[in-house]
Amino acid sequence: MQVRFEDINMAFDENKVLNNISFQIPESELVTILGPSGCGKSTTLMLISGLIFPNSGKIYFGDKDVTSLDAVDRKVGMVFQNYALYPHLTVLENIQFPLKMQKVPKKERVERAMELAKLVKIEEHINKRPKDLSGGQQQRVAIARALSKRPSLLLMDEPLSNLDARLRIEMREEIRRIQQETNITTIFVTHDQEEALSISDNIMILNQGDIQQYSTPTELYNYPENLFVAKFLGTPIINSLAMNEALNLPSLNLKSKEIQMTKTIAIRPENLYEVESKEDALISGTVRFVEIIGKNVTVHVDTEIGEIVATELGFVHKQGDTIHLAVNEKDLLLFDDKENTIQRGALK
Amino acid sequence: MNQKQKNKLLDVFVYIVLALGALTMLLPFFWMISTSLKTPGEAVAMPPVWIPKFFQIENYKQALAAAPFGQYFLNSVIVTTASTLGELFTTILAAYAFARLEFYGKNFLFVLLISTMMVPGELLIIPNFVTLSNWNLINTYASLFLPYLASIFSIYILKEAFESVPDEVYYAAKVDGCSDWRYLWTVMVPLAKSSIVSIAILAIIGSWNSFIWPLIVTTEQSMRVLPVGLQAFTTEAGTQYELLMAASTIVVVPMIIIYIFLQKYIIEGLATGGSKG
Repeated sequence: MQVRFEDINMAFDENKVLNNISFQIPESELVTILGPSGCGKSTTLMLISGLIFPNSGKIYFGDKDVTSLDAVDRKVGMVFQNYALYPHLTVLENIQFPLKMQKVPKKERVERAMELAKLVKIEEHINKRPKDLSGGQQQRVAIARALSKRPSLLLMDEPLSNLDARLRIEMREEIRRIQQETNITTIFVTHDQEEALSISDNIMILNQGDIQQYSTPTELYNYPENLFVAKFLGTPIINSLAMNEALNLPSLNLKSKEIQMTKTIAIRPENLYEVESKEDALISGTVRFVEIIGKNVTVHVDTEIGEIVATELGFVHKQGDTIHLAVNEKDLLLFDDKENTIQRGALK
Repeated sequence: MNQKQKNKLLDVFVYIVLALGALTMLLPFFWMISTSLKTPGEAVAMPPVWIPKFFQIENYKQALAAAPFGQYFLNSVIVTTASTLGELFTTILAAYAFARLEFYGKNFLFVLLISTMMVPGELLIIPNFVTLSNWNLINTYASLFLPYLASIFSIYILKEAFESVPDEVYYAAKVDGCSDWRYLWTVMVPLAKSSIVSIAILAIIGSWNSFIWPLIVTTEQSMRVLPVGLQAFTTEAGTQYELLMAASTIVVVPMIIIYIFLQKYIIEGLATGGSKG
């Protein structure tokens, strides 16, 4: 089912959490709401579920206005970070619980619960209680429970944050698989960019109650609309350099208007390459240290205008080396005084 | 002395203190049972007789014949059941409201309730008696349990237990289509089971053993409860200790049985606030 926010405002006491946000989540997509803690992403999810109500604005499920409908009546499925299973019920009883609330006959709900236990691969543990399961298994049960009443919407609030690194990768692939098998509209909240980039059809980046950008993962990474988005995505973090005489600007083929408007330039660490001479380089510096993690080599370079990080320079450098770095003009991101991206194609 | 020996010494010390405590608690029980088997002479003898020469089993027969204990027992069961169920019901609702619901003046109201725990129970006897007599309820079962239908202490204990259930479980239940009322009975109550059982046991013991209040609000034989019946052995000519103790033993036995069966829950409920995750 499609979800639409229209001019939603939300504040807790004096604290503004969401500032007049509007967006639309298309049917059958997996959309991730991504942002640092306190950005309003969990609040957005609670608003969709009906656990809290907005100060102003409207929420629609499809064409239906659900703004004042209580959580009990919204019929969405929800998965929580700490699983929130009912400790006194077995796995099968947990999965059946929403159906029991709907007074589905026992035979039917047991069948449905078994079907879901198979979908999330937990069928061997159906008679155990939550405390006898591992974190990953508990989260599978939570997903099955959320899906059991065939909700038109699945909401997931940081569902993987309590799991260890390896399990997190396994579970996010599982979530993607389950979402595609059931074709359910899913809204996934996380602060982990890698998680978001790997499973989403679309990502909405929130910061301080405002939508920063809402687009596909590739678009977000390659064409961030502002410096916040550019910095938020990518590891190591993007190099952002204030416009400064230390930069050898003639090495880039920039138009004078572009140079005039630009306050900050940003370059992804993987887009920096080495050149022979200072004249061809955008910036030169000294290697501070070389970080080697398996096949990944990250070179930290001290320059006049601060540290620059590059990841694609190979194994050849050592501490103290002088290094000249350049970038292709197409890989350059320019930001104006409001930290918004300068749309270079649009400039004459 | 090394660490191991030190620990051992500490253990010995701890056990001695615990044993002394247990002895202090058990001595009155021992004295009660021992006296119930004595002759009238032995019961008041100085120096005290610890173990009677011949066990006077007939004391029990005599004690039971001295008053209509069958009727008293029935009354005690009725009053205890009513006051315990009533207290549990009000406690569960109030604890849920204080733990989970948001309403104006919640904290103030709770502090107000807690502060009434400072008022000694004896002080409440007169206003309670006046109220009940205005309602024409003296000498009824209602007068015996009405004042005990709510317990602040129980509300406090259960509120703590309810609060230890994570908020997310409540949100999950809401999203699963479970109303507050159903959530209380299908999730909260089973999760706080050990606290609820211990509250129930304390209520049962308190009601079963209460003496002053039933004595004041009942004058008719047919409404009297067991502890009041024990009075029968105190006459103007003095107290028949051996019969009083025999009757006391009979009165106490059901409580001891209940306690033995449910002690696991009492300790769990009072020690942890009762939630297991």
